Amino acid sequence: MRKFLTSTLAAALMAVAVPALASEGPKLEHQTWAWNGPFGQYDKAQLRRGFQVFREVCSNCHSMKLVAYRNLEYLGFSDDEVKAIAAEKQVQDGPNDQGDMYQRPARPSDRIVPPFPNDQAARASNNGALPPDLSLMNKARAGGPDYVYGILTNFKDNPPEGVTIPDGMYYNETFPGHAIAMPPPIADDLVTYADGTKATKEQIAKDTVAFLNWAAEPELDQRHSLGIKALIFVFVMTVLFYALKRKIWADVH
Amino acid sequence: MSGQQFDNKIVQWIDDRLPVFSILKHSAVDYPTPKNLSYWWNFGSLAGVVLVIMLATGIFLAMAYAANTGLAFGAVEHIMRDVNYGWLLRYLHMNGASFFFICVYIHIFRGLYYGSYKAPRELLWAIGLVIYLVMMGTAFMGYVLPWGQMSFWGATVITNLFSAIPVVGDYIVTLLWGGFSVDNPTLNRFFALHYLLPFVILGLVGLHMVALHTTKSNNPLGIDAKGPQDTIPFHPYYTVKDLVGIGVFLLVYLAVVFFAPNFFGEPDNYVPANPLVTPPHIVPEWYFLPFYAILRAIPDKLGGVVAMFGAIIILFFLPWIDSSKVRSAKFRPIFKQVFWIFLIDCLILGYCGSQPPEGDIVVVGRIATAVYFLFFPTLWVLGKVEKPRPLPHSISAPVLKGGAAGHAAQPMEKA
Repeated sequence: MRKFLTSTLAAALMAVAVPALASEGPKLEHQTWAWNGPFGQYDKAQLRRGFQVFREVCSNCHSMKLVAYRNLEYLGFSDDEVKAIAAEKQVQDGPNDQGDMYQRPARPSDRIVPPFPNDQAARASNNGALPPDLSLMNKARAGGPDYVYGILTNFKDNPPEGVTIPDGMYYNETFPGHAIAMPPPIADDLVTYADGTKATKEQIAKDTVAFLNWAAEPELDQRHSLGIKALIFVFVMTVLFYALKRKIWADVH
Repeated sequence: MSGQQFDNKIVQWIDDRLPVFSILKHSAVDYPTPKNLSYWWNFGSLAGVVLVIMLATGIFLAMAYAANTGLAFGAVEHIMRDVNYGWLLRYLHMNGASFFFICVYIHIFRGLYYGSYKAPRELLWAIGLVIYLVMMGTAFMGYVLPWGQMSFWGATVITNLFSAIPVVGDYIVTLLWGGFSVDNPTLNRFFALHYLLPFVILGLVGLHMVALHTTKSNNPLGIDAKGPQDTIPFHPYYTVKDLVGIGVFLLVYLAVVFFAPNFFGEPDNYVPANPLVTPPHIVPEWYFLPFYAILRAIPDKLGGVVAMFGAIIILFFLPWIDSSKVRSAKFRPIFKQVFWIFLIDCLILGYCGSQPPEGDIVVVGRIATAVYFLFFPTLWVLGKVEKPRPLPHSISAPVLKGGAAGHAAQPMEKA
């Protein structure tokens, strides 16, 4: 049994120690997120608030090309609500029977319509900077949700002494290099939440990050609940195998 | 092998014409196995289980994947978002690669500690190393398939290594790329090879098994089984012991898959590949890091590449470099310490490989590289000067206290 434990421990150590990679940049403050830990799940009310911020604020510049309107049903919107949300945007379709391309309202099966037709148009409207697609933002940055929360909340009006920020850029403590092209996107009472939650800057940032995390990992709720069941199953199975092993090996030695 | 008698008439009928049941009985049921194998002997079968998981998940992933630079990134996200349980398949596959290497690394170091590479198991060891090499190729090409930033830039850095080969280097790189940079032809051929190579591994595993069942398993004492009293049939003893190992392994593997699926990954690989933007810090997957450190330790491109490949090639010669006839480190007090130094050195190399090559990391990386290569001449000298502890007479006979057996450093007889 002791050997068994040491081998297991060694395997676990290999798994943990070897890829202990460094993350660079300023230290991130760890926030408590509803989906943290094996039992963590998304708070759907929070996701809806985050979507409201995305829809009213972020989506003016940022695309979210991997998420479809139909996916929003997971947030608790009804079929009709999703249809209405999609129909606010126009998409190009076609060609029709006359061979012409035409505009039509977006449908739930469409991906979220980007604010600009292409990257060049996005740059032209944003002082030369390209607002990144937000579909995978929480997975595509070291630190994930804590990093995005830091970006949203750590703007400073005046950079520290000795640091000059080029024109049209802003000082952000979390952003690598600190000069970010995005103006501070959120402020107190920037949105009026449909559910009456007080819209402080921190609240808005948290809700936005939660929505972005859902956009990046829409499978998380299912993954966590299935994971618990799978591990319980495998644990019981392993205990039974071990008991069987003890019984079968009783006559050896 | 044939001529077994079976109770079931249909089984008997088939076996008389195609001895599949006899072969199974011979090599998976009756196969005599030393009775003292520890849980360290589980990692070979575990690696086999992971290979099967990789094949099974990979085939279904391939059904929804598109090997085209314009589509690949979106295809992987399509699997993650739209394919039923696609996220599970993909996370099992992605983390399966890491766990495959964890199992194989433990398996290799176990072989090193207990001298499993020594006569008569030289070819068994060599086939294992070939499997390891093909695994590295397969894993590297698999990592390119999602076509994220790290896929693209990792592929660019690693394929460029071949340009260091004199005369034919550039030609080889062009051949690998299918053009003059990492692009669509590269992705296409990598996908084709990534699908092919696992089946090559499967064939090599078959050879590994044939060689194993010819020389029989080594054991923690490193001495040969002297007769039936030293062995037990593989089934049910080791089948059930392997099942315990599989259960524990699955607990760790599934915990990562379900609760930290991107633990081994790089965030940059969730950014689509962009040939115009180089990530600030290009790192290969963790299982390549020690070799990456060796590559960077030599301040010359060709020298670095030679050292990196040499670090693996030299392992093929280990059975002849190690001059000691005693297999198990249990009876080699000095080798035991050298082994742990070597293992820690490999971990240090891995850490150096993960860091930007600046300042102290460069110095530490060079020292660790030197220690890695010094391990081999040390083994040769050690076999000449080390005085091993007395070996037990047999696996069954317990080691007598105080070495009263009287056979100091008795060399093993050749099988």
